Amino acid sequence: MTILAKSMLTLAAGIAAGLAYAGSASAADKELLIGDQCDRTGPTQIVGTVLCPAMQDYYKLVNSKGGIDGWMIKADEIDNAYKVPEAIEAYERQKQMGALLMTLYGTPQTVALNQRLEQDKMPTTSPGFGISAAADGTRFPYLFPVAATYWSQAAGAVKFAKDQLGGDLKGKKIAYIYYDNPAGKEAMPILEALQKQEGYDMRTFAVPPPGVELGAQIIDITQRYHPDFIIAHLFGRSPSVLIKGLKGAGFPLKHVIGLVWASAEADILAAGGWNVAEGYNTLQFAGAGDDYPVRDEIKAMYKKDGKDPPKEMADTVVYNRGLLQAAIQVEALKNALKISGGQKPTTEQIKAGMEQIHDFTLGGLVPPLQITATDHEGGGWVRVFQVKGGKFVAATDWMHPYHDVVEKQVKSAE
Amino acid sequence: MFHREAGIFKTSYAADMALYPLPIARWAVAVLAAFFVVIVPLTWGDYPLSVANLVLIAIVGALGLNILVGYTGQISIGAGAFMSVGAYTAANLVVHLHAPFWIALPAGGLMAALIGAIVGIPSLRIKGIYLAIATLAAQLIIEWTINHVQWISGGVQASITVPRPSVFGVKLVSERQIYCFLMFFVVLAIVATLNLVRSRIGRAFIAIRDQDIAAEIIGINIFKYKLYAFAISSFFAGVTGALESYYLGIANYEQFQIDVSIDYLAMVIIGGLGSVLGSVFGAIFVTLLPIATRWFLEASGGIFFAQADMLNVIPNLRLVIFGGLIIFFLVVEPEGLNRLWRNIRNYFRVWPFSY
Repeated sequence: MTILAKSMLTLAAGIAAGLAYAGSASAADKELLIGDQCDRTGPTQIVGTVLCPAMQDYYKLVNSKGGIDGWMIKADEIDNAYKVPEAIEAYERQKQMGALLMTLYGTPQTVALNQRLEQDKMPTTSPGFGISAAADGTRFPYLFPVAATYWSQAAGAVKFAKDQLGGDLKGKKIAYIYYDNPAGKEAMPILEALQKQEGYDMRTFAVPPPGVELGAQIIDITQRYHPDFIIAHLFGRSPSVLIKGLKGAGFPLKHVIGLVWASAEADILAAGGWNVAEGYNTLQFAGAGDDYPVRDEIKAMYKKDGKDPPKEMADTVVYNRGLLQAAIQVEALKNALKISGGQKPTTEQIKAGMEQIHDFTLGGLVPPLQITATDHEGGGWVRVFQVKGGKFVAATDWMHPYHDVVEKQVKSAE
Repeated sequence: MFHREAGIFKTSYAADMALYPLPIARWAVAVLAAFFVVIVPLTWGDYPLSVANLVLIAIVGALGLNILVGYTGQISIGAGAFMSVGAYTAANLVVHLHAPFWIALPAGGLMAALIGAIVGIPSLRIKGIYLAIATLAAQLIIEWTINHVQWISGGVQASITVPRPSVFGVKLVSERQIYCFLMFFVVLAIVATLNLVRSRIGRAFIAIRDQDIAAEIIGINIFKYKLYAFAISSFFAGVTGALESYYLGIANYEQFQIDVSIDYLAMVIIGGLGSVLGSVFGAIFVTLLPIATRWFLEASGGIFFAQADMLNVIPNLRLVIFGGLIIFFLVVEPEGLNRLWRNIRNYFRVWPFSY
């Protein structure tokens, strides 16, 4: 046979073998299957390559302690490369495998799968992205943001600006620089509502994708507008470019705050290092830094296996977010097992379990969330960490300011 | 012995002009149609049907792009933008005017055809790669317009929720029902394209692709037919976008960005430029390949990599294998999967002889 025919035959045989094995993964006894979508490749890989291992580490930690009341956690992770059709196929596949709880990845994917979640009664978390209005548990019964949405983050940023500028924003100027896509524009309704309430002057500056050219916006902000405070809602490579540019233009970084996706160690390092970004404020929905008991437990777990702690732990901001995601899922499963009386919980019971989460702080890494049937966000808790002396130092405690304004926005969103 | 043309006598013009004049071709198409239209929706489960639905949507889009790129030779990287135009038009009609699907889908297609014709105007002056850049500009401009014009995008989120269509009073909710709905449009698109390329317009397209100066000299109005090509291809793309927003339940321009345009171009090139079967093959290949490589890696990767590394390895290796297989197929058969199929078919045409 020709080489072509031989290679085609081997390929076909390989695919056939793969098909024969695949799809036969069924949950064994005493096993709870969690379906995760997490991107280690694609445009958000800078986040995914740290977030996904963090979730897997937490599941491993829980399993090493005997699981949840004897039930082991099995997590299936699928990478959707930030593409919507692949996200749908991943969802259907995990549903077929018997997943009881899911985490999505990416705003367009969450928006596309939203209807199916309700139809299939699949409780799903979407922390730090997705639909801000999903904080309303009555309209989005199966979608749980479980972390501050962009609206709560914007409110937190304004409160921090107010505190930094002497407690009063009347007449002060705030610049809002944002990535020019729907996620970037999402914070604007809250900023406009607070503008009426607090009396500050605001101008918005759009950064076109991919966001690596900010020279024009920085000149506009620093030379022409001279704001008292800058709120930055950028993703990907943009935050580091912004920090470097503002530092070069001489704008004091202690009057700049970045929302959650502009706030990782990777951004600080890409901007030129900790001393370049000194004073930069970051908004977080999970505690930053190394000072948490759960991180020590994970390091001990690795040491017991004779291995070094994984290098992903160095990026504490994103790693801790992964831990938060996994921890909330595990807590929901724990509550669900109590509801089901030790039997394998159904997805409705897991939804109910998720809605019972309160006072679960994992040593301070998780904010004091209160997830209820009407509030799937848990209160919109944020915390500001500032770059000081080569690491992130907490500048405020957990807060959820202007919660009434955010709630009004959630109710009035279509 | 199998594919016999000898002994087939046609006795009427209709028989001569039939799409499939040979009995074996008719039998093959009948069997395939019976399988995909009748057996598959009845027997396959939800997950395979959801994958099949994605493939069906891709087939319609690939057919449209093949009309433009394969039959008329105008390179276009704007497929994603025309899909988003169709999707948003249909979504707005459904949400604001409560239009049924048999109004929203053609309206989405017609709006996309109009925009496509406008985008095709530069094609009079520029060809080849330069036209590709012009269509790339159109892709980005349309994306920006939808992002910033509120009455198109339906709000700052730029996404419109579209309820599932109702056919004869039955709301299409399950994967099975959507499969039948999409299959209707795929059959319509395939038959339309097959007939289009045999018609006067189709022959004009092929003349423009092969030698447009000669076509102009013999009297084909190439500007008019190039605009037709853009319009018809964008109509298909608009319908694809509208179907995708019906399937997903949401119209969001982030689903139709430049990577989608490149995907469809890949479908058409790998499948075979200038053939309907090529579009189908290409759509199936590009949509299923990432899924198939993941299955394959999950099943067999354990032989080569440690279990702990698997999660990191699978997505990255998937990308490598995807790119590698595309290169492999194009090296083996630059004219695409359609040519590969033709080679096999021609072999059996004279089997058991070799020539």
